[in-house]
Amino acid sequence: MATLHTQSTARLMMAPAVVLLLLWMLVPLGMTVWFSFLRYNLLMPGMEEWSGFDNYYYFLTDPAFGTALVNTLLLVGGVLLISVGGGVALALLLDQPFFGQGIVRLLVIAPFFVMPTVSALVWKNMFMNPVYGLFAWVAKFFGLQPIDWLAEVPLFSIVLIVAWQWLPFATLILLTALQSLDEEQKEAAEMDGAGPVSRFIYIVLPHLSRAITVVILIETIFLLSVFAEILVTTNGGPGLESTNLTYLVYAQALLQFDVGAASAGGIVAVILANIVAIFLMRIIGKNLDA
Amino acid sequence: MARAISPRRKWTITVIAWLLGLAIFFPILWTVLTSFKTEGEAIASPPSLVAFDWTLANYFEVQARSNYFKYVGNSIVIAVGSTLLGLLIAIPAAWAMAFSPTKRTKDVLMWMLSTKMLPPVGVLVPIYLIFRDTGLLDSRIGLIGVLTMINLPIIVWMLYTYFREIPGEILEAARMDGASLAKEIVYVLTPMALPGIASTMLLNIILAWNEAFWTLNLTASSAAPLTAFIAAYSSPEGLFWAKLSAASTLAIAPILIMGWFSQRQLIRGLTFGAVK
Repeated sequence: MATLHTQSTARLMMAPAVVLLLLWMLVPLGMTVWFSFLRYNLLMPGMEEWSGFDNYYYFLTDPAFGTALVNTLLLVGGVLLISVGGGVALALLLDQPFFGQGIVRLLVIAPFFVMPTVSALVWKNMFMNPVYGLFAWVAKFFGLQPIDWLAEVPLFSIVLIVAWQWLPFATLILLTALQSLDEEQKEAAEMDGAGPVSRFIYIVLPHLSRAITVVILIETIFLLSVFAEILVTTNGGPGLESTNLTYLVYAQALLQFDVGAASAGGIVAVILANIVAIFLMRIIGKNLDA
Repeated sequence: MARAISPRRKWTITVIAWLLGLAIFFPILWTVLTSFKTEGEAIASPPSLVAFDWTLANYFEVQARSNYFKYVGNSIVIAVGSTLLGLLIAIPAAWAMAFSPTKRTKDVLMWMLSTKMLPPVGVLVPIYLIFRDTGLLDSRIGLIGVLTMINLPIIVWMLYTYFREIPGEILEAARMDGASLAKEIVYVLTPMALPGIASTMLLNIILAWNEAFWTLNLTASSAAPLTAFIAAYSSPEGLFWAKLSAASTLAIAPILIMGWFSQRQLIRGLTFGAVK
Protein backbone atom coordinates (compact mmCIF):
# COMPACT_ATOMS: atom_id res chain seq x y z
CA MET A 1 0.00 0.00 0.00
CA ALA A 2 1.12 3.49 -0.69
CA THR A 3 2.63 5.14 2.33
CA LEU A 4 2.34 8.75 3.37
CA HIS A 5 5.84 9.27 2.08
CA THR A 6 5.14 7.99 -1.42
CA GLN A 7 1.90 9.97 -1.41
CA SER A 8 3.72 13.25 -1.01
CA THR A 9 6.34 12.20 -3.54
CA ALA A 10 3.57 11.41 -5.96
CA ARG A 11 2.12 14.85 -5.47
CA LEU A 12 5.49 16.41 -6.09
CA MET A 13 5.86 14.46 -9.32
CA MET A 14 2.48 15.56 -10.56
CA ALA A 15 3.01 19.17 -9.57
CA PRO A 16 4.81 20.48 -12.69
CA ALA A 17 2.23 19.06 -15.10
CA VAL A 18 -0.73 20.17 -13.01
CA VAL A 19 0.59 23.65 -12.26
CA LEU A 20 1.62 24.33 -15.86
CA LEU A 21 -1.70 23.16 -17.26
CA LEU A 22 -3.56 25.15 -14.66
CA LEU A 23 -1.64 28.29 -15.59
CA TRP A 24 -2.05 27.56 -19.30
CA MET A 25 -5.77 27.26 -18.86
CA LEU A 26 -6.56 29.93 -16.28
CA VAL A 27 -4.32 32.83 -17.25
CA PRO A 28 -5.18 33.19 -20.95
CA LEU A 29 -8.78 32.19 -20.46
CA GLY A 30 -9.10 34.69 -17.61
CA MET A 31 -7.59 37.35 -19.84
CA THR A 32 -10.01 36.49 -22.64
CA VAL A 33 -12.94 36.86 -20.26
CA TRP A 34 -11.54 40.17 -19.01
CA PHE A 35 -10.94 41.53 -22.53
CA SER A 36 -14.41 40.48 -23.56
CA PHE A 37 -15.82 43.10 -21.21
CA LEU A 38 -13.58 45.89 -22.48
CA ARG A 39 -13.75 48.25 -25.39
CA TYR A 40 -10.29 47.36 -26.64
CA ASN A 41 -8.89 47.86 -30.12
CA LEU A 42 -5.21 47.36 -30.91
CA LEU A 43 -5.32 50.34 -33.25
CA MET A 44 -6.32 52.61 -30.36
CA PRO A 45 -3.92 51.71 -27.56
CA GLY A 46 -4.54 53.25 -24.16
CA MET A 47 -8.23 53.77 -24.86
CA GLU A 48 -9.43 50.60 -23.13
CA GLU A 49 -12.54 51.07 -21.04
CA TRP A 50 -15.15 48.88 -19.35
CA SER A 51 -18.05 48.17 -21.64
CA GLY A 52 -20.10 45.52 -19.87
CA PHE A 53 -21.77 43.10 -22.23
CA ASP A 54 -21.44 45.41 -25.27
CA ASN A 55 -18.98 43.09 -27.02
CA TYR A 56 -21.24 40.09 -26.57
CA TYR A 57 -24.19 42.10 -27.82
CA TYR A 58 -22.16 43.31 -30.79
CA PHE A 59 -20.75 39.87 -31.62
CA LEU A 60 -23.97 37.90 -31.18
CA THR A 61 -26.17 40.34 -33.10
CA ASP A 62 -23.66 40.78 -35.93
CA PRO A 63 -25.15 38.92 -38.94
CA ALA A 64 -21.66 37.48 -39.47
CA PHE A 65 -22.07 35.48 -36.26
CA GLY A 66 -25.22 33.78 -37.48
CA THR A 67 -23.60 32.96 -40.81
CA ALA A 68 -20.45 31.68 -39.15
CA LEU A 69 -22.44 29.57 -36.70
CA VAL A 70 -24.46 27.98 -39.52
CA ASN A 71 -21.27 27.41 -41.53
CA THR A 72 -19.60 25.82 -38.51
CA LEU A 73 -22.50 23.43 -38.04
CA LEU A 74 -22.62 22.59 -41.76
CA LEU A 75 -18.89 22.01 -41.83
CA VAL A 76 -18.89 19.78 -38.76
CA GLY A 77 -22.05 17.96 -39.83
CA GLY A 78 -20.92 17.47 -43.43
CA VAL A 79 -17.53 16.12 -42.50
CA LEU A 80 -19.03 13.83 -39.85
CA LEU A 81 -21.54 12.47 -42.33
CA ILE A 82 -18.88 11.64 -44.91
CA SER A 83 -16.18 10.42 -42.55
CA VAL A 84 -18.37 8.33 -40.25
CA GLY A 85 -20.62 6.97 -43.00
CA GLY A 86 -17.67 6.26 -45.26
CA GLY A 87 -15.63 5.04 -42.31
CA VAL A 88 -18.17 2.38 -41.36
CA ALA A 89 -18.40 1.19 -44.97
CA LEU A 90 -14.64 1.14 -45.43
CA ALA A 91 -14.03 -0.59 -42.12
CA LEU A 92 -16.54 -3.32 -43.00
CA LEU A 93 -14.83 -3.79 -46.35
CA LEU A 94 -11.28 -3.82 -45.00
CA ASP A 95 -12.30 -6.29 -42.31
CA GLN A 96 -12.97 -8.92 -45.01
CA PRO A 97 -10.10 -11.15 -46.06
CA PHE A 98 -8.48 -10.01 -49.32
CA PHE A 99 -5.06 -9.81 -50.95
CA GLY A 100 -2.83 -6.95 -49.85
CA GLN A 101 -4.88 -6.05 -46.78
CA GLY A 102 -1.96 -4.42 -45.01
CA ILE A 103 -0.99 -2.24 -47.95
CA VAL A 104 -4.54 -1.04 -48.63
CA ARG A 105 -4.83 -0.17 -44.97
CA LEU A 106 -1.69 1.98 -45.23
CA LEU A 107 -3.07 3.71 -48.33
CA VAL A 108 -6.37 4.47 -46.61
CA ILE A 109 -4.92 5.99 -43.45
CA ALA A 110 -2.28 8.07 -45.25
CA PRO A 111 -4.28 11.33 -45.62
CA PHE A 112 -4.49 11.69 -41.85
CA PHE A 113 -0.74 12.36 -41.70
CA VAL A 114 -0.74 15.11 -44.31
CA MET A 115 -0.40 18.54 -42.76
CA PRO A 116 -3.56 20.67 -43.19
CA THR A 117 -1.89 23.39 -45.24
CA VAL A 118 -0.53 20.84 -47.72
CA SER A 119 -3.80 18.98 -48.21
CA ALA A 120 -5.76 22.20 -48.56
CA LEU A 121 -3.39 23.63 -51.17
CA VAL A 122 -3.08 20.38 -53.12
CA TRP A 123 -6.85 20.12 -53.37
CA LYS A 124 -7.29 23.81 -54.08
CA ASN A 125 -4.76 23.93 -56.91
CA MET A 126 -4.32 20.55 -58.46
CA PHE A 127 -7.88 19.29 -58.16
CA MET A 128 -10.30 22.21 -57.77
CA ASN A 129 -8.68 24.81 -59.99
CA PRO A 130 -11.34 25.71 -62.60
CA VAL A 131 -8.87 25.77 -65.51
CA TYR A 132 -5.97 23.42 -64.83
CA GLY A 133 -7.37 21.25 -62.05
CA LEU A 134 -8.00 17.53 -62.48
CA PHE A 135 -11.71 17.93 -61.74
CA ALA A 136 -11.96 20.51 -64.52
CA TRP A 137 -10.18 18.13 -66.88
CA VAL A 138 -12.56 15.29 -65.95
CA ALA A 139 -15.56 17.58 -66.46
CA LYS A 140 -14.30 18.66 -69.88
CA PHE A 141 -13.55 15.05 -70.77
CA PHE A 142 -17.23 14.27 -70.29
CA GLY A 143 -18.25 17.42 -72.11
CA LEU A 144 -19.39 19.25 -68.99
CA GLN A 145 -18.73 22.82 -67.93
CA PRO A 146 -16.00 22.81 -65.21
CA ILE A 147 -17.02 24.60 -62.05
CA ASP A 148 -14.91 26.91 -59.93
CA TRP A 149 -15.20 24.86 -56.76
CA LEU A 150 -13.87 27.30 -54.20
CA ALA A 151 -15.74 30.28 -55.65
CA GLU A 152 -19.08 28.61 -56.40
CA VAL A 153 -19.40 26.04 -53.61
CA PRO A 154 -16.70 27.14 -51.13
CA LEU A 155 -18.10 25.53 -48.01
CA PHE A 156 -18.81 22.23 -49.75
CA SER A 157 -15.28 22.22 -51.17
CA ILE A 158 -13.82 22.73 -47.70
CA VAL A 159 -16.05 19.96 -46.36
CA LEU A 160 -14.59 17.64 -49.02
CA ILE A 161 -11.00 18.57 -48.17
CA VAL A 162 -11.48 18.19 -44.43
CA ALA A 163 -13.47 14.97 -44.84
CA TRP A 164 -10.59 13.52 -46.86
CA GLN A 165 -8.34 14.20 -43.88
CA TRP A 166 -10.68 12.69 -41.30
CA LEU A 167 -12.06 9.67 -43.15
CA PRO A 168 -8.86 7.70 -42.37
CA PHE A 169 -9.18 8.44 -38.66
CA ALA A 170 -12.76 7.18 -38.54
CA THR A 171 -11.90 4.13 -40.64
CA LEU A 172 -8.91 3.19 -38.52
CA ILE A 173 -10.79 3.41 -35.23
CA LEU A 174 -13.89 1.64 -36.51
CA LEU A 175 -11.76 -1.08 -38.07
CA THR A 176 -9.99 -1.60 -34.76
CA ALA A 177 -13.32 -1.84 -32.98
CA LEU A 178 -14.63 -4.23 -35.62
CA GLN A 179 -11.67 -6.55 -35.21
CA SER A 180 -12.44 -6.93 -31.53
CA LEU A 181 -15.88 -8.32 -32.40
CA ASP A 182 -16.21 -11.94 -31.41
CA GLU A 183 -16.09 -14.05 -34.56
CA GLU A 184 -18.09 -16.81 -32.90
CA GLN A 185 -20.97 -14.49 -32.23
CA LYS A 186 -21.20 -13.69 -35.92
CA GLU A 187 -20.99 -17.36 -36.84
CA ALA A 188 -23.67 -18.28 -34.34
CA ALA A 189 -25.97 -15.66 -35.83
CA GLU A 190 -25.20 -16.92 -39.28
CA MET A 191 -26.08 -20.48 -38.31
CA ASP A 192 -29.31 -19.27 -36.81
CA GLY A 193 -30.13 -18.04 -40.28
CA ALA A 194 -29.48 -14.31 -39.87
CA GLY A 195 -28.76 -12.66 -43.21
CA PRO A 196 -25.95 -10.15 -43.73
CA VAL A 197 -28.29 -7.19 -43.22
CA SER A 198 -29.77 -8.35 -39.94
CA ARG A 199 -26.35 -9.46 -38.75
CA PHE A 200 -25.13 -5.92 -39.44
CA ILE A 201 -28.06 -4.26 -37.70
CA TYR A 202 -28.31 -6.52 -34.66
CA ILE A 203 -24.70 -7.53 -34.03
CA VAL A 204 -22.15 -5.33 -35.79
CA LEU A 205 -23.81 -1.95 -35.36
CA PRO A 206 -24.46 -2.28 -31.60
CA HIS A 207 -20.86 -3.44 -31.20
CA LEU A 208 -19.63 -0.40 -33.12
CA SER A 209 -21.92 2.12 -31.45
CA ARG A 210 -19.42 3.04 -28.78
CA ALA A 211 -16.56 3.50 -31.25
CA ILE A 212 -18.83 5.55 -33.50
CA THR A 213 -19.77 7.78 -30.59
CA VAL A 214 -16.13 8.30 -29.71
CA VAL A 215 -15.24 9.11 -33.33
CA ILE A 216 -18.09 11.61 -33.59
CA LEU A 217 -17.20 13.38 -30.39
CA ILE A 218 -13.44 13.54 -30.99
CA GLU A 219 -13.86 14.69 -34.57
CA THR A 220 -16.35 17.33 -33.45
CA ILE A 221 -13.85 18.79 -31.01
CA PHE A 222 -11.27 19.13 -33.78
CA LEU A 223 -13.72 20.15 -36.50
CA LEU A 224 -15.10 23.04 -34.47
CA SER A 225 -11.61 24.53 -34.75
CA VAL A 226 -10.91 24.03 -38.47
CA PHE A 227 -8.74 26.95 -39.45
CA ALA A 228 -5.76 26.36 -41.73
CA GLU A 229 -7.86 24.79 -44.50
CA ILE A 230 -9.99 27.93 -44.67
CA LEU A 231 -7.08 30.34 -44.37
CA VAL A 232 -5.16 28.97 -47.35
CA THR A 233 -8.10 28.25 -49.66
CA THR A 234 -10.84 30.88 -49.41
CA ASN A 235 -9.91 33.24 -46.58
CA GLY A 236 -13.45 32.70 -45.39
CA GLY A 237 -14.96 33.98 -48.63
CA PRO A 238 -16.39 34.78 -51.01
CA GLY A 239 -18.04 37.19 -48.60
CA LEU A 240 -18.64 35.12 -45.50
CA GLU A 241 -19.65 31.95 -47.33
CA SER A 242 -16.91 29.79 -45.86
CA THR A 243 -16.25 31.62 -42.58
CA ASN A 244 -16.63 29.44 -39.52
CA LEU A 245 -16.59 30.59 -35.91
CA THR A 246 -12.87 30.02 -35.48
CA TYR A 247 -12.07 31.99 -38.60
CA LEU A 248 -14.46 34.79 -37.63
CA VAL A 249 -12.75 35.25 -34.27
CA TYR A 250 -9.33 35.16 -35.96
CA ALA A 251 -10.45 37.82 -38.46
CA GLN A 252 -11.92 39.94 -35.68
CA ALA A 253 -8.70 39.79 -33.66
CA LEU A 254 -5.80 39.76 -36.09
CA LEU A 255 -7.31 41.44 -39.14
CA GLN A 256 -9.58 44.02 -37.52
CA PHE A 257 -7.65 44.26 -34.26
CA ASP A 258 -10.87 44.34 -32.24
CA VAL A 259 -9.66 42.54 -29.14
CA GLY A 260 -12.89 43.06 -27.22
CA ALA A 261 -15.23 41.56 -29.80
CA ALA A 262 -12.79 38.78 -30.67
CA SER A 263 -12.57 37.82 -26.99
CA ALA A 264 -16.33 37.70 -26.69
CA GLY A 265 -16.38 35.48 -29.78
CA GLY A 266 -13.67 33.29 -28.28
CA ILE A 267 -15.74 32.77 -25.14
CA VAL A 268 -18.76 31.83 -27.27
CA ALA A 269 -16.60 29.25 -29.07
CA VAL A 270 -15.38 27.88 -25.73
CA ILE A 271 -18.95 27.45 -24.50
CA LEU A 272 -19.96 25.62 -27.71
CA ALA A 273 -16.96 23.29 -27.49
CA ASN A 274 -17.69 22.60 -23.84
CA ILE A 275 -21.15 21.34 -24.63
CA VAL A 276 -19.60 18.67 -26.85
CA ALA A 277 -16.77 18.04 -24.42
CA ILE A 278 -19.10 17.18 -21.56
CA PHE A 279 -20.51 14.23 -23.50
CA LEU A 280 -17.07 13.02 -24.54
CA MET A 281 -15.73 13.24 -20.99
CA ARG A 282 -18.61 11.13 -19.70
CA ILE A 283 -17.82 8.32 -22.11
CA ILE A 284 -14.11 8.38 -21.41
CA GLY A 285 -14.73 8.65 -17.67
CA LYS A 286 -16.86 5.52 -17.75
CA ASN A 287 -14.11 3.69 -19.57
CA LEU A 288 -11.62 4.69 -16.90
CA ASP A 289 -13.66 2.89 -14.23
CA ALA A 290 -13.87 -0.30 -16.23
CA MET B 1 -10.98 -19.89 -37.32
CA ALA B 2 -11.65 -17.59 -40.20
CA ARG B 3 -14.61 -18.62 -42.22
CA ALA B 4 -13.93 -20.07 -45.62
CA ILE B 5 -14.96 -17.75 -48.39
CA SER B 6 -15.09 -18.40 -52.07
CA PRO B 7 -12.04 -17.32 -54.07
CA ARG B 8 -14.30 -15.38 -56.35
CA ARG B 9 -15.63 -13.31 -53.49
CA LYS B 10 -12.13 -12.74 -52.21
CA TRP B 11 -10.98 -11.46 -55.59
CA THR B 12 -13.99 -9.15 -55.89
CA ILE B 13 -13.27 -7.65 -52.49
CA THR B 14 -9.59 -7.36 -53.38
CA VAL B 15 -10.38 -5.33 -56.49
CA ILE B 16 -12.88 -3.03 -54.76
CA ALA B 17 -10.65 -2.46 -51.74
CA TRP B 18 -7.59 -1.67 -53.88
CA LEU B 19 -9.55 0.74 -56.07
CA LEU B 20 -10.92 2.57 -53.05
CA GLY B 21 -7.54 2.59 -51.31
CA LEU B 22 -5.84 4.00 -54.39
CA ALA B 23 -8.58 6.61 -54.82
CA ILE B 24 -8.12 7.81 -51.25
CA PHE B 25 -4.35 7.82 -51.62
CA PHE B 26 -4.43 9.44 -55.07
CA PRO B 27 -4.04 13.11 -54.00
CA ILE B 28 -0.80 12.19 -52.22
CA LEU B 29 0.44 10.14 -55.18
CA TRP B 30 -0.48 12.96 -57.54
CA THR B 31 1.46 15.46 -55.42
CA VAL B 32 4.55 13.25 -55.48
CA LEU B 33 4.27 12.75 -59.25
CA THR B 34 3.72 16.45 -59.91
CA SER B 35 6.84 17.28 -57.93
CA PHE B 36 8.89 15.55 -60.65
CA LYS B 37 7.28 17.46 -63.53
CA THR B 38 8.19 20.78 -65.06
CA GLU B 39 5.81 23.66 -64.33
CA GLY B 40 4.48 23.35 -67.87
CA GLU B 41 3.75 19.65 -67.54
CA ALA B 42 2.18 20.20 -64.14
CA ILE B 43 -0.70 22.13 -65.71
CA ALA B 44 -0.76 20.24 -69.02
CA SER B 45 -4.07 19.02 -70.36
CA PRO B 46 -4.56 16.13 -70.66
CA PRO B 47 -2.50 15.45 -67.55
CA SER B 48 0.02 12.62 -67.77
CA LEU B 49 0.39 10.11 -64.99
CA VAL B 50 3.94 8.90 -65.53
CA ALA B 51 4.79 9.62 -69.17
CA PHE B 52 6.61 12.91 -68.69
CA ASP B 53 10.23 13.98 -68.44
CA TRP B 54 11.09 13.27 -64.85
CA THR B 55 13.13 16.03 -63.26
CA LEU B 56 14.52 16.85 -59.84
CA ALA B 57 14.81 20.54 -60.66
CA ASN B 58 11.87 21.56 -58.45
CA TYR B 59 13.53 20.22 -55.36
CA PHE B 60 16.72 22.17 -56.03
CA GLU B 61 14.81 25.29 -56.91
CA VAL B 62 12.65 25.23 -53.79
CA GLN B 63 15.80 25.13 -51.71
CA ALA B 64 17.64 27.77 -53.76
CA ARG B 65 14.73 30.20 -53.86
CA SER B 66 13.37 30.05 -50.36
CA ASN B 67 15.99 28.42 -48.17
CA TYR B 68 13.71 25.46 -47.63
CA PHE B 69 15.93 23.77 -45.08
CA LYS B 70 15.50 26.65 -42.66
CA TYR B 71 11.81 25.71 -42.43
CA VAL B 72 12.57 22.02 -42.21
CA GLY B 73 14.95 22.86 -39.36
CA ASN B 74 12.27 24.90 -37.60
CA SER B 75 9.76 22.08 -37.94
CA ILE B 76 12.20 19.57 -36.49
CA VAL B 77 13.26 21.82 -33.61
CA ILE B 78 9.68 22.72 -32.72
CA ALA B 79 8.18 19.22 -33.06
CA VAL B 80 11.01 17.39 -31.31
CA GLY B 81 11.59 20.13 -28.75
CA SER B 82 7.97 20.35 -27.66
CA THR B 83 7.71 16.56 -27.51
CA LEU B 84 10.81 16.13 -25.35
CA LEU B 85 9.80 18.95 -23.05
CA GLY B 86 6.33 17.43 -22.80
CA LEU B 87 7.75 14.01 -21.93
CA LEU B 88 9.98 15.53 -19.28
CA ILE B 89 6.97 17.08 -17.55
CA ALA B 90 4.56 14.20 -18.20
CA ILE B 91 6.61 11.12 -17.27
CA PRO B 92 6.77 11.87 -13.53
CA ALA B 93 3.12 12.88 -13.48
CA ALA B 94 1.93 9.77 -15.33
CA TRP B 95 4.18 7.58 -13.18
CA ALA B 96 2.68 8.99 -10.00
CA MET B 97 -0.87 8.58 -11.28
CA ALA B 98 -0.31 5.02 -12.44
CA PHE B 99 1.53 3.69 -9.37
CA SER B 100 0.35 5.84 -6.46
CA PRO B 101 -3.23 6.54 -7.44
CA THR B 102 -5.42 8.42 -5.00
CA LYS B 103 -9.11 9.06 -4.96
CA ARG B 104 -8.53 12.18 -6.98
CA THR B 105 -6.30 10.71 -9.69
CA LYS B 106 -9.22 10.14 -11.99
CA ASP B 107 -10.45 13.69 -11.51
CA VAL B 108 -7.01 15.07 -12.30
CA LEU B 109 -6.83 13.00 -15.47
CA MET B 110 -10.26 14.10 -16.58
CA TRP B 111 -9.44 17.70 -15.83
CA MET B 112 -6.26 17.47 -17.91
CA LEU B 113 -8.30 16.06 -20.75
CA SER B 114 -10.75 18.94 -20.45
CA THR B 115 -7.97 21.46 -21.12
CA LYS B 116 -7.46 19.74 -24.47
CA MET B 117 -11.09 20.47 -25.32
CA LEU B 118 -10.50 24.19 -25.03
CA PRO B 119 -10.74 25.60 -28.55
CA PRO B 120 -7.51 27.43 -29.38
CA VAL B 121 -9.44 30.42 -30.59
CA GLY B 122 -10.63 30.96 -27.01
CA VAL B 123 -7.13 31.91 -25.95
CA LEU B 124 -5.76 33.27 -29.24
CA VAL B 125 -6.00 36.94 -28.29
CA PRO B 126 -4.24 36.81 -24.92
CA ILE B 127 -1.53 34.43 -26.12
CA TYR B 128 -0.90 36.66 -29.13
CA LEU B 129 -0.68 39.77 -26.94
CA ILE B 130 1.54 38.08 -24.33
CA PHE B 131 3.83 36.87 -27.11
CA ARG B 132 3.93 40.33 -28.71
CA ASP B 133 4.78 42.03 -25.43
CA THR B 134 7.47 39.55 -24.43
CA GLY B 135 9.13 39.26 -27.82
CA LEU B 136 8.10 35.63 -28.22
CA LEU B 137 6.24 36.20 -31.48
CA ASP B 138 7.96 34.40 -34.33
CA SER B 139 10.34 32.62 -31.95
CA ARG B 140 10.95 28.90 -31.80
CA ILE B 141 11.05 28.96 -27.99
CA GLY B 142 7.58 30.47 -27.82
CA LEU B 143 6.14 27.92 -30.21
CA ILE B 144 7.79 25.03 -28.38
CA GLY B 145 6.15 26.29 -25.19
CA VAL B 146 2.68 26.56 -26.73
CA LEU B 147 2.81 23.17 -28.46
CA THR B 148 4.08 21.53 -25.28
CA MET B 149 1.04 22.79 -23.41
CA ILE B 150 -1.32 21.88 -26.25
CA ASN B 151 -0.14 18.27 -26.34
CA LEU B 152 0.68 17.74 -22.67
CA PRO B 153 -2.74 16.23 -21.84
CA ILE B 154 -2.36 13.66 -24.65
CA ILE B 155 1.17 12.79 -23.52
CA VAL B 156 0.11 12.32 -19.89
CA TRP B 157 -2.86 10.20 -20.92
CA MET B 158 -0.97 7.97 -23.27
CA LEU B 159 1.86 7.40 -20.79
CA TYR B 160 -0.70 6.71 -18.07
CA THR B 161 -2.40 4.00 -20.11
CA TYR B 162 0.97 2.39 -20.86
CA PHE B 163 2.31 2.67 -17.31
CA ARG B 164 -0.85 1.13 -15.91
CA GLU B 165 -0.07 -2.06 -17.78
CA ILE B 166 3.23 -2.49 -15.95
CA PRO B 167 2.70 -4.86 -13.01
CA GLY B 168 3.12 -3.04 -9.73
CA GLU B 169 4.65 -6.09 -8.02
CA ILE B 170 7.89 -5.57 -9.88
CA LEU B 171 8.21 -2.14 -8.34
CA GLU B 172 7.44 -3.51 -4.90
CA ALA B 173 10.17 -6.08 -5.34
CA ALA B 174 12.65 -3.40 -6.31
CA ARG B 175 11.59 -1.38 -3.31
CA MET B 176 12.12 -4.36 -1.02
CA ASP B 177 15.60 -4.73 -2.40
CA GLY B 178 16.21 -1.21 -1.19
CA ALA B 179 16.05 0.67 -4.45
CA SER B 180 15.48 4.38 -3.97
CA LEU B 181 12.76 6.15 -5.87
CA ALA B 182 15.23 7.56 -8.38
CA LYS B 183 16.78 4.14 -8.95
CA GLU B 184 13.37 2.60 -9.23
CA ILE B 185 12.52 4.95 -12.06
CA VAL B 186 15.83 4.76 -13.88
CA TYR B 187 16.56 1.03 -13.62
CA VAL B 188 13.19 -0.66 -13.28
CA LEU B 189 10.44 1.47 -14.66
CA THR B 190 12.10 3.18 -17.59
CA PRO B 191 13.27 0.02 -19.38
CA MET B 192 9.80 -1.48 -19.04
CA ALA B 193 8.10 1.72 -20.04
CA LEU B 194 10.41 2.52 -22.93
CA PRO B 195 8.17 1.12 -25.69
CA GLY B 196 5.25 3.16 -24.38
CA ILE B 197 7.39 6.27 -24.11
CA ALA B 198 8.68 5.76 -27.65
CA SER B 199 5.15 5.39 -29.05
CA THR B 200 4.01 8.47 -27.20
CA MET B 201 6.96 10.37 -28.58
CA LEU B 202 6.23 9.26 -32.13
CA LEU B 203 2.58 10.27 -32.03
CA ASN B 204 3.43 13.60 -30.50
CA ILE B 205 6.03 14.47 -33.07
CA ILE B 206 3.41 13.78 -35.73
CA LEU B 207 0.83 15.97 -34.02
CA ALA B 208 3.28 18.81 -33.42
CA TRP B 209 4.68 18.61 -36.96
CA ASN B 210 1.21 19.03 -38.47
CA GLU B 211 -0.15 21.58 -35.99
CA ALA B 212 -1.52 24.43 -38.06
CA PHE B 213 -3.32 26.90 -35.84
CA TRP B 214 -0.62 28.24 -33.55
CA THR B 215 2.19 27.79 -36.05
CA LEU B 216 0.29 29.94 -38.55
CA ASN B 217 -0.75 32.61 -36.07
CA LEU B 218 2.40 33.00 -34.03
CA THR B 219 5.12 32.93 -36.68
CA ALA B 220 6.04 35.21 -39.56
CA SER B 221 9.29 34.06 -41.05
CA SER B 222 12.28 33.38 -38.82
CA ALA B 223 10.60 30.67 -36.70
CA ALA B 224 8.10 29.52 -39.33
CA PRO B 225 7.86 25.74 -39.67
CA LEU B 226 6.79 23.88 -42.80
CA THR B 227 3.05 24.36 -42.16
CA ALA B 228 3.52 28.12 -42.40
CA PHE B 229 6.01 27.89 -45.27
CA ILE B 230 3.59 25.85 -47.36
CA ALA B 231 0.76 28.24 -46.48
CA ALA B 232 2.73 30.99 -48.23
CA TYR B 233 2.03 29.14 -51.49
CA SER B 234 -1.63 30.14 -51.20
CA SER B 235 -0.64 33.53 -52.64
CA PRO B 236 0.18 33.97 -56.37
CA GLU B 237 3.18 31.73 -55.73
CA GLY B 238 0.62 28.93 -55.66
CA LEU B 239 0.63 28.89 -59.44
CA PHE B 240 3.93 27.05 -59.32
CA TRP B 241 2.39 23.66 -58.76
CA ALA B 242 5.47 21.61 -59.38
CA LYS B 243 7.41 23.55 -56.76
CA LEU B 244 4.48 23.47 -54.36
CA SER B 245 4.40 19.70 -54.86
CA ALA B 246 8.11 19.32 -54.25
CA ALA B 247 7.91 21.34 -51.04
CA SER B 248 4.82 19.39 -49.97
CA THR B 249 6.33 15.99 -50.71
CA LEU B 250 9.34 16.73 -48.54
CA ALA B 251 7.09 18.13 -45.81
CA ILE B 252 4.81 15.09 -45.56
CA ALA B 253 7.08 12.15 -46.45
CA PRO B 254 8.91 11.72 -43.12
CA ILE B 255 5.76 12.13 -41.07
CA LEU B 256 3.75 9.79 -43.31
CA ILE B 257 6.32 7.06 -42.80
CA MET B 258 6.35 7.64 -39.04
CA GLY B 259 2.57 7.59 -39.06
CA TRP B 260 2.45 4.26 -40.85
CA PHE B 261 4.59 2.77 -38.13
CA SER B 262 2.46 4.13 -35.30
CA GLN B 263 -1.11 3.24 -36.31
CA ARG B 264 -1.89 1.48 -33.04
CA GLN B 265 -0.50 4.26 -30.89
CA LEU B 266 -2.50 6.73 -32.91
CA ILE B 267 -5.74 5.06 -31.87
CA ARG B 268 -4.68 4.87 -28.28
CA GLY B 269 -3.48 8.45 -28.10
CA LEU B 270 -6.28 10.13 -29.94
CA THR B 271 -9.15 8.30 -28.27
CA PHE B 272 -7.63 8.64 -24.79
CA GLY B 273 -7.88 4.90 -24.32
CA ALA B 274 -11.60 4.81 -25.12
CA VAL B 275 -11.03 2.48 -28.09
CA LYS B 276 -8.34 -0.18 -27.99
